[in-house]
Amino acid sequence: MRIYATVVYLFLYVPIGLIVLFSFNAGRHASELRGLSIQWYGKALSNPFAGDAFFTSLEIAFIVAILSSLMGTAAALALQSMKGPLRVILDGLIYISIMIPGIVIGIATLVALVTVFDFFNPLLATLWPEGYTPPKLHMGYASVIAAHTLFTMSLVIIIVRARIAGMDRALIEASMDLYASPWRTFYQVTLPQIYPAILAGFLLSFTFSFDDFIISFFVAGPNTTLPVYIFASIRRGITPEVNAIGTMVLAGSLSLLIVAQFFMRDGRRRAKVN
Amino acid sequence: MAALLAPTTLWFLVMLIMPLIVILIFSFGERAAVGGYGGGFTFEQYANLPARLKAFQNTLTYAPLGTLLSLLVAYPLAYFLALKVDRRFKLVLLVLVIVPFWTSLLIRTYAWIYILGGRGIPTILEWIGIEGVRLINTPTAVLIGIVYGYLPLMVFPVYVSLEKLDKSLLEASNDLGGNSFKTFLQITLPLSMPGIATGCMLVFILLMGEFLIPAFLGGGKVFFIGNAMVDLFLQSRNWPFGSAVAATLVVIMLITVSIYMRLAMRNKTGADQSLM
Repeated sequence: MRIYATVVYLFLYVPIGLIVLFSFNAGRHASELRGLSIQWYGKALSNPFAGDAFFTSLEIAFIVAILSSLMGTAAALALQSMKGPLRVILDGLIYISIMIPGIVIGIATLVALVTVFDFFNPLLATLWPEGYTPPKLHMGYASVIAAHTLFTMSLVIIIVRARIAGMDRALIEASMDLYASPWRTFYQVTLPQIYPAILAGFLLSFTFSFDDFIISFFVAGPNTTLPVYIFASIRRGITPEVNAIGTMVLAGSLSLLIVAQFFMRDGRRRAKVN
Repeated sequence: MAALLAPTTLWFLVMLIMPLIVILIFSFGERAAVGGYGGGFTFEQYANLPARLKAFQNTLTYAPLGTLLSLLVAYPLAYFLALKVDRRFKLVLLVLVIVPFWTSLLIRTYAWIYILGGRGIPTILEWIGIEGVRLINTPTAVLIGIVYGYLPLMVFPVYVSLEKLDKSLLEASNDLGGNSFKTFLQITLPLSMPGIATGCMLVFILLMGEFLIPAFLGGGKVFFIGNAMVDLFLQSRNWPFGSAVAATLVVIMLITVSIYMRLAMRNKTGADQSLM
């Protein structure tokens, strides 16, 4: 049993270890290890395309995380006290948005938005006053953010809702009985209890958006995100530079995950104390 | 309340329902001469689906097979973590399983291009005298990539169901003279069914829409529906046909997942009854 477990852990970590090891490769070919150096990190950090892609991904992930935690939490709170057909429909949509493959979401969003834009752009052009360049709708930041948020928002709803279900309802009722306004009840009673879930949802949304390849691949337009850039680099052939970028991405996602895990556990401990 | 739900509802309408309706409409249309959508109403795209039969066959073969393999690799590990390992190490070992899943699948998959490629395992095999082994761009490579990518997703639900299992049942079975194999078959396995069902469904759903693993490790020889869709939308720009493929994929998934859920539900109630 123990030997089997060791083999599986090796299976899980040897590939990751290899990427990290080869990112310190002194040679220029990805498949031969010739001494250690950090030159590829320098190359990766000074590569303007990789840098742009990194900051694009960072911005997108940040906005996605904010939007999905706000909208997801609001929806989870509203759904809590809701019954009837609308509730059933929304529950269905939440699960469909999580179940449908990312590739279908990416393609469907691309096709739908391009069609809508093709319809509105001439309209905007005719409506715009003579002599000014009319705005042109196109794929880019907004479309990636919107498509990522569809998935991550549903994720936040599910996480926050689970937390609300485990919450002590008596506190809210007590607050109402003591004539606190709904806003004050939310701010002073509900929010302190659910914030670990919101924060965990925020970090998971950020990680998802930052790591997502397939949706961005279709809807990013000219704004290349980091995974799309890495995919294109791998297609051109693996270099130690790609490994260096990969290692930095791994380190980044890992530290975020550790933070997320910390907040989730903190939340669980609070729940136990309460 | 309505104000709280408005943004979410709007998002679902614009980013989920509208795109799916557009795909459905396009799938009954004709391809424009320059690519894209050319209007019209025809069943031609669906009649043409056999042209991508191979992609459907591969997906419907390797997605269930990959799910099964992941389960076979994951189950003993989950069993070990839930029932055998010392309490002190449990959390660390569990986190170590989950961590890879939350890091980029793109980066983790391309590591296997090295390992399975010409200078990886085949070279090592040559040293010990086995020559001419080709791994990259074969179904084996794709299956290895699948198990590697989705193992954590399978281990976790199985672990949770084994962890919840009442240990006194195992002792009772032993006391009543059941050997360990019999105990496993009659108690442990049936009681971990909910976890197995959840894990298999998660992995299967993700595999049905897989693109990266076949693209990296299948090298154009082992391709899934996802690869066919990327090709149709981005290379040949045949949007109506691509839409028909996408719509068919969604329908296949809805059917298999609902059949699966029904079976899993029946199984679960069966297990609950036998517990009574």
